[in-house]
Amino acid sequence: MSLLEVAGLGVRSADGRDLISDLSFTVDAGTRFGLIGESGSGKSLTALAIMGLLPPGMTASGSVTLDVPGRGRTEIVGAGERLLNRLRGRTTSVVFQEPLTALDPLMRIGHQVAEPLRRAQGLRGRALKTAVTAALEEVRLAEPDRIARAYPHEISGGQRQRVAIAMALACRPALLIADEPTTALDVTVQAEILALLDGLVSAHSMALLFIGHDLAVVSGITDHVLILKDGKAVESGAVLDVVNAPRHPYARELVGSARELDAALDRLGEGERS
Amino acid sequence: MSRPIIEAREVGFAYRRAPAVLTDVSIEITQGRGVALVGESGAGKTTLLRLLLGLATPTTGRILFDGDTLAPGDRRRMRSFRRDVQTVFQDPYSSLDPRQSVARIVSEPLRSLGLLRDLPRPERRAAAGERVAAALHAVGLPEDAAGRYPHEFSGGQRQRVAIARAIVSEPRVLLADEPVSALDVSTRVRIVDLLAELRETRGLTVVMVSHDLAVVAALCPQVAVLERGRVVEQGDTAAVLGSPRHAYTRRLVRSVPRLPARPA
Repeated sequence: MSLLEVAGLGVRSADGRDLISDLSFTVDAGTRFGLIGESGSGKSLTALAIMGLLPPGMTASGSVTLDVPGRGRTEIVGAGERLLNRLRGRTTSVVFQEPLTALDPLMRIGHQVAEPLRRAQGLRGRALKTAVTAALEEVRLAEPDRIARAYPHEISGGQRQRVAIAMALACRPALLIADEPTTALDVTVQAEILALLDGLVSAHSMALLFIGHDLAVVSGITDHVLILKDGKAVESGAVLDVVNAPRHPYARELVGSARELDAALDRLGEGERS
Repeated sequence: MSRPIIEAREVGFAYRRAPAVLTDVSIEITQGRGVALVGESGAGKTTLLRLLLGLATPTTGRILFDGDTLAPGDRRRMRSFRRDVQTVFQDPYSSLDPRQSVARIVSEPLRSLGLLRDLPRPERRAAAGERVAAALHAVGLPEDAAGRYPHEFSGGQRQRVAIARAIVSEPRVLLADEPVSALDVSTRVRIVDLLAELRETRGLTVVMVSHDLAVVAALCPQVAVLERGRVVEQGDTAAVLGSPRHAYTRRLVRSVPRLPARPA
């Protein structure tokens, strides 16, 4: 029984082009799965299809099922908005690449974090305020009260992404989808956010679907990966197998490029490296 | 040691009514010793690059070109500066005019710098065509690229067009602002290889802003680490990034995501 089962998923654009074809993979409860691809490979569309959030005009075929123990099995492809709304946040939630567009610029952070807490847990008043503070503390934001009063533009990119993570975790989803969550961030902030995600996913025994273009980033946080090219899976398997012995020519090229850049760092000498 | 081509001497910069973006920055760029400016958003890398390009004037300190202060008012010297110091920007989608053919884009520096002025008018067109063809060839684009338009090319190819434009005036220094960070990883490796090749074959000194330490390690023999507008560490790339002394550099190096080690 997999938490998420994607079987023969296809996504077609309004003008009839196949953007994703015959994509299949499963994510079990509590495991971490990575989708790797370059721009235009269809990795973000896959995330949107799983959330039932495909842009107007695009159509999905095949099957995406979510099976949360105690909440039953749900087919996402073709499901209505009401059903999908009950799943969003509670069963699955997403952290997107750019926290500035994920947050409402006109609303204080505290209000935005409160929204899912109120909706899912029915909290009000003081209890809600305490829960917001706790949610911000959980993502290691120092001064949670100051952050709660701030508007998105008043805090840094890393802090915004922490807020977006706090919102995504508010309803304790069984599956967290992270779509390039660190691509827009500086490298030291990226390291912090990856460590944070790693800790939170473990602490809450969530499943993680991590989407990214950077092989090193994705392989550092997931157990299994799938490489997408032009909407098709070209290779999948355990992280170490794919990274150490890629079979498909495209996978070999991708790993080779990443290795080449990695080697440039290795040549700098042993010193700091362990 | 030869005289630096470009030098920033105790340079400071502040935008109007704002705290300083750069404080007391000194950097030397000598022939063949390309410098990478690394650091995070807001560290002042791009501002420093703009000063080195003569696109802004420092609030304190000086920028020197071939030993003399760069004066944007001195048009004759600025012209020789522009000829010697060219630039490539981060985003190849916004840095190329979509309404101009590649030939026109690549030959633009020849016109704006008046490099073919000495030729009689009828010969200029042929000479420009030759220079463009040579530049396109050097960046690995097919000859027929000249007659096409930017939208017909992929991101990596557009960046090649931008590099062709930068080298058409045969500059000594190429200043690039994150030249590969908008590109996919396999394309990124190819553009890094191209820049390394131009460095070898044309003696081009590559100075670049980058947050990608792997790209820096591959392309620039020297590195300056900026943190909040100050150079916290600079020197040979192998020394600075291989065994960093400053705490910030250590954190930067440690944060770079790495592939799982290959089994022995």
